[in-house]
Amino acid sequence: MNNLPPLKLSGLEPLIVTKESNFINIGERTNVTGSRAFLRMIKEGRFEDALSVALEQVQGGAQVIDVNMDEGMIDGKAAMIQFLNLIASEPDISRVPIMIDSSKWEIIEAGLKCIQGKGIVNSISLKEGEENFIDQAKKIKRYGAAVIVMAFDEDGQADSYERRIEICKRSYRILVDKVNFPAQDIIFDPNIFPVATGMEEHNNNAVDFFNATKWIRENLPGAHVSGGVSNVSFSFRGNDKVREAMHSVFLYYGIQHGMDMGIVNPTMLEIYDNIPKDLLEYVEDVILNRRPDATERLLEFAETVKGDATKKEQDLSWRENSVQERLSYALIKGIVEFIDDDVEECRKLYERPIQVIEGPLMDGMNVVGDLFGSGKMFLPQVVKSARVMKKAVAVLLPYIELEKAGSSSSAGKVLMATVKGDVHDIGKNIVGVVLGCNNYDIVDLGVMVSAEKIIETAIQEKVDIIGLSGLITPSLDEMVHLAKEMERAGLTIPLMIGGATTSKVHTAVKIEQNYTKGPTIHVLDASRSVTVVESLLGQRKELFVKGIQEEYTKLREHHEKHRNAKRLLTLEEARNNHFQINWKQEDLIEPTFIGNKVLINYPLKNIVPYIDWTPFFQTWELHGKFPQILEDEIVGLEATKLFADAQEMLSKIVSENWLEARAVFGLYPANSVGDDIEIYSDESRETIAIIQHTLRQQTEKVKGAPSHALADFIAPKSLGLKDYIGAFVVTTGIGMEQRVAEFEKNHDDYNSIMLKALGDRLAEAFAEHLHEVVRKEYWGYGKDEMFSNDELIKEKYQGIRPAPGYPACPDHTEKLNLFKLLEATKVTGVSLTDSLAMLPASSVSGWYFSHPDSKYFGLGKITNEQVEDIAIRKGVDFSIMERWLSSVIN
Amino acid sequence: MSNIVDILKERILVLDGAMGTMIQRYDLTEEDFRKGWFENHEKSLKGNNDLLSLTRPDIIETIHRQYYEAGADIAETNTFSGTTIAQADYDLQSAVYDINYHSAKIARKVADEFTEKEPNKPRFVAGSIGPTNRTASISPDVNDPGYRAITFDELVVAYSEQVNALMDGGVDMLLVETVFDTLNAKAALFAVDEVFEKRGVKIPIMVSGTITDASGRTLTGQTAEAFLISISHLPLLSVGFNCALGASMMRPYLQVLSKNTTFAVSAHPNAGLPNEFGKYDETPAIMAKQIKEFLDENIINIIGGCCGTTPDHIKAIADLAKQYEPRPLEFTL
Repeated sequence: MNNLPPLKLSGLEPLIVTKESNFINIGERTNVTGSRAFLRMIKEGRFEDALSVALEQVQGGAQVIDVNMDEGMIDGKAAMIQFLNLIASEPDISRVPIMIDSSKWEIIEAGLKCIQGKGIVNSISLKEGEENFIDQAKKIKRYGAAVIVMAFDEDGQADSYERRIEICKRSYRILVDKVNFPAQDIIFDPNIFPVATGMEEHNNNAVDFFNATKWIRENLPGAHVSGGVSNVSFSFRGNDKVREAMHSVFLYYGIQHGMDMGIVNPTMLEIYDNIPKDLLEYVEDVILNRRPDATERLLEFAETVKGDATKKEQDLSWRENSVQERLSYALIKGIVEFIDDDVEECRKLYERPIQVIEGPLMDGMNVVGDLFGSGKMFLPQVVKSARVMKKAVAVLLPYIELEKAGSSSSAGKVLMATVKGDVHDIGKNIVGVVLGCNNYDIVDLGVMVSAEKIIETAIQEKVDIIGLSGLITPSLDEMVHLAKEMERAGLTIPLMIGGATTSKVHTAVKIEQNYTKGPTIHVLDASRSVTVVESLLGQRKELFVKGIQEEYTKLREHHEKHRNAKRLLTLEEARNNHFQINWKQEDLIEPTFIGNKVLINYPLKNIVPYIDWTPFFQTWELHGKFPQILEDEIVGLEATKLFADAQEMLSKIVSENWLEARAVFGLYPANSVGDDIEIYSDESRETIAIIQHTLRQQTEKVKGAPSHALADFIAPKSLGLKDYIGAFVVTTGIGMEQRVAEFEKNHDDYNSIMLKALGDRLAEAFAEHLHEVVRKEYWGYGKDEMFSNDELIKEKYQGIRPAPGYPACPDHTEKLNLFKLLEATKVTGVSLTDSLAMLPASSVSGWYFSHPDSKYFGLGKITNEQVEDIAIRKGVDFSIMERWLSSVIN
Repeated sequence: MSNIVDILKERILVLDGAMGTMIQRYDLTEEDFRKGWFENHEKSLKGNNDLLSLTRPDIIETIHRQYYEAGADIAETNTFSGTTIAQADYDLQSAVYDINYHSAKIARKVADEFTEKEPNKPRFVAGSIGPTNRTASISPDVNDPGYRAITFDELVVAYSEQVNALMDGGVDMLLVETVFDTLNAKAALFAVDEVFEKRGVKIPIMVSGTITDASGRTLTGQTAEAFLISISHLPLLSVGFNCALGASMMRPYLQVLSKNTTFAVSAHPNAGLPNEFGKYDETPAIMAKQIKEFLDENIINIIGGCCGTTPDHIKAIADLAKQYEPRPLEFTL
């Protein structure tokens, strides 16, 4: 009949009205004029209840919902805005288009400013003349909505077939010809009036409507027909059974005549085929005006069918699950309706109210986080979940307060800020709310906050955690900057990183390393923030932080290996970007002697206190920091047993001299020449004893970050400064082989592994101990240092002792010169295998760098260009170096 | 200018690439953002890229030139944040007219230069209208979901100011882009329609939404088709998607548009998703390969680049687009 496109409407999802779509149900219960219950909710400001009415309509099958706030006792405009805004945050409701229903233009216009989808205005008409009509239609078009036009003009409401078609035709022509309104976006309401009122002139009301509908659909191309169906049964108020039957019959015939939309209560509709035959006959007689006594007959019959209506229930089967499951369901679905009772019920099941938050509620929020992360939920739904969470927490708060009575009410103070240069704060606000719900004090500094302001506030307010957020990519750099500033300010406050462009990898690779004094943790989304904050402020903090740090270290290593592999600097670029030290002779301390010193049969009891036990437990695959691991809920018992066994064996090792500790170390004049370190035989610096060749990082760096090589930590020869280097080999493995063989002969694997593990720990401890002795005595630059073992493990002292074969120097072949310089094999018995591993295995070798700026780094990937370069420097074949360095070549 | 619809029926038009990415290359300092205009402004202005049209017009001009040279038919003005709402964060509401007017002028000048040299490939200027940094459909306060940090009316006022200034500066069309909240876009369209009526002049309008994540929806939760329906009440030149996703992830949503609209379809994807360091990895070749799929499917009329794209990307895209027929169009404006 016409080539017009269909009427297309939208909420969060599309609704397209085609011939095939048959009939569009418009929910009518969110209407203060039609529902006294709804009116009461609005009057009393119970918008949450009002929202459940809307939700019930959508769940009951409404494809559009009609919202009407026309009541003298309420501020209709404010109520319309408030309710539509609330609906916008209820994705289960706002997925359908909205019909803005008002007789006041002011309210309609206010409503149009609140809906992002394409809705419907209900309604305009020629009642106040053509000019007004045109003006309003133009605006509606500009707002992007469809429109219901009432069959109403300057002379009043159309009540006959003729008046109906006359007004609709005139309205249509004005809209299409003068306003250029899309014809398919016009919906006529040719007035549904009651039948069976007892007044004869009303008897044909339904039939007139049907005929007018047919005429409109045939003569006004594109236009649709709708109407308020429940009007027709007005005279049977109180008898829902009859009313439902009347609605169904009216719709049945209305649809046949071309009515393609209607304002109905979809939960109050009987299925046409299910209407009892006798009732159906009486109702059809009335609707179709088939006999003069139709009304009396139906009235009479109605007395007999007064009874239950077929109110369709929403699906509440989830209410039958356990209370924990119900809480989780309510969080995921964003249902606030039952949350108070459920939380109350759940509270009684737990010892402490906070456990309800930590347990079922956080479980539910974590599911929300997962669903959001995988694209199965979208933001508005998540925000809704946060609201349910908030309500749940509100129920628990008084109990939590009570429990704490007297003590400070805050679980901790969290500073939140969107970093400088970024103005996005939605995510940050959500985190703030979620944390607030969990009883944390939030210090929200807002957006575009400078590092100085954050640090200053953090100190002033004594916050427990700093949370940074950012959405745009430059914010990542700002976060790195802030981490550096926090480091400089000497803070130890945990740093949380969040926001759309942030990532765990970026946090691990770029941020964490710049803030060594406190933990840095990436938080995936708001729902995870509570767990993270709780862990950071709780008793298991150390374990948690340790776990995170291990994870980030792995990420960094993985990252070095894979991700960054593709973009490498040329060797020249890397060298130009070398690490810069402001060289001063006074920083370069002359050792107390030059040459080697050998230690044979070094007392093991001096070494034992330096053992770092954490890696010992890792060897046994028990993860956690020592000594807390001994108290760990899961592995504590096992760890304690193991530790006792270790102590027992250790005391035997020491008292029965199972193992012998030996060491050699040397201190020499040295200077760097490019990436090489020349080590001189004596202070004249004329004879080169050996050259150690170092490798330089070539991975792409963020601006300002240098490309390290170990040679950077030794003063360049060209400056004429006197610098020094140390070298060492230690072992605690002498005698190991024999003992291990004995255990293995007795199939005692446990003690065999135990001994090897202890041997390794002792070797590391010896290296640590010797380093300290060297710093304090033989080299002497660390005379005054006083560190606990824990601080030593954390390498708080000045200088480093990198080892060949480890991240800063993956080149094992450097051991050859190192051993040569120290005559290590001859004096300690530690030899090098073909693959340059040390024998016995419980040995450590490396260099000492003393400059305060020297630090550990990972080499990462290098190019063949550098391999070729170092092969030439060493005077060996490229292919040989290629083999030794294969794991780091890009 | 009246012939853009005709040109669109003949060939695929190429939109330019990222402005921010190109600006980053200059390694600018605070000084660059103040020069001659805002020397004594009390707030830090670094990063407020739109200001460069005033303080470093040489840079903006060069970037436009690079994109036209690479084969772009349409350049976007440097006005993504040129509303009083977005500029309020910098206390620079008063600079909004100048930003838009001068940005339009700069692009206009370069476009005309190229058109004169190559009359068979006229260059166009699209006035870029960003989403602002506030959402009219979502409350920033989770405790109060009915609250709004910005209203429709406030948006209309801000957008009207921007549109007037862009038109004064001589843009050929308007591009309402990176729409993450459709209500913001509807306010922009409302403003545009009103401005057109008041000025008695109409220029083509392009609208480009943003699908933000794996859910396939806009930030405010609309599906691609619902978005299309919600902004189709004005006769648009084109509707499309940009930003947030790389080309291959954008494809299913472009298919939805192509199937359901009579307007031209545009796409200006990012050079992939940002990596962990906020950089965009996709090379011109990789991006062109993905875009080739759209072109093979014949669902595109206007193609360009968003975050992370450079003149090299646009050149690769333009070279590719030349070899393809546009998606068939029947409409007139």
